[in-house]
Amino acid sequence: MSAVAPDKAKRPLSPHLQVYKPQLTSVTSILHRATGYGLSVGLAFFTWWLVAAASGPEAYETFTSFCGSLLGIGLLFGWSLAFYYHLANGIRHLIWDSGYLFKIQNAYAAGYFVLFFTVVATALTWFCITSHLNENALLRQVSNECSHIKPNCVKCIEDKCLNTANLHPSG
Amino acid sequence: MSMKWESGGMKNPLARARGLGSAHHGVGNWIRLRVTAVANVILSVWFIWFVKNSIGLDHAEFTGMLANPLNAIAMILLVISVFYHATLGCREIVEDYFHVEWMKISKLVGIYLFSLAAGIACIFSVLKIAL
Repeated sequence: MSAVAPDKAKRPLSPHLQVYKPQLTSVTSILHRATGYGLSVGLAFFTWWLVAAASGPEAYETFTSFCGSLLGIGLLFGWSLAFYYHLANGIRHLIWDSGYLFKIQNAYAAGYFVLFFTVVATALTWFCITSHLNENALLRQVSNECSHIKPNCVKCIEDKCLNTANLHPSG
Repeated sequence: MSMKWESGGMKNPLARARGLGSAHHGVGNWIRLRVTAVANVILSVWFIWFVKNSIGLDHAEFTGMLANPLNAIAMILLVISVFYHATLGCREIVEDYFHVEWMKISKLVGIYLFSLAAGIACIFSVLKIAL
């Protein structure tokens, strides 16, 4: 871009981000873009999920084992945080677009609510995931014990699995 | 006006203005971003439910759940709406922060090609599982 006009450098620049003190309204706005970008990158991961499911059990197993790895959990945690934030703040933006919440105290209240919702929803999600996975691990352990004695033995299932049988999703 | 007419050559003023973002042309993407946002909010509720139920499932159980017509339809709608929304959103970011023309254009082309390729891969995958 050598064709820049020589007087362009002399033009006064409008003050940019680093000049201003961070405010809730500006920070939530920047975070909305940042989380939107992060979630867009996450679409590659989302695509891997569906393509792996369509490819077969081995590809799906590769995907789910990556999800269980430390890197996978870290990424998924970040994306869940970004998802809830972008969802809640997106609704805040839609309300603004329809002409409401412009009073400064309302804009602030909604901003604090968005942050509150993000933290609570993310915490709740991961609490559900961990308790669900613990339950699954327990079931797997029980079913392993049963098959070790005799596969599909009704008496064995009654003896060993009766207490947790009602937890099993597919019976 | 006559000066502009002359500098535009044989083109009439409307042809020169089209596609340059004036005359409310740029509002179209603004509206599309909001329409897909509303769709995303609705589909997110289903998506949270779907992901919650898919945790810990093996391949057969997961594809069985996605093969349910209602789930497959919701997933395809979600893919279209989310990819469209993400494309428009990333386009907005690139247009705001990249002012060197070839950098801006190459990033936009990358965004369009990725969205199209990944979006079609997602829809194909859902159809393959469901049909």
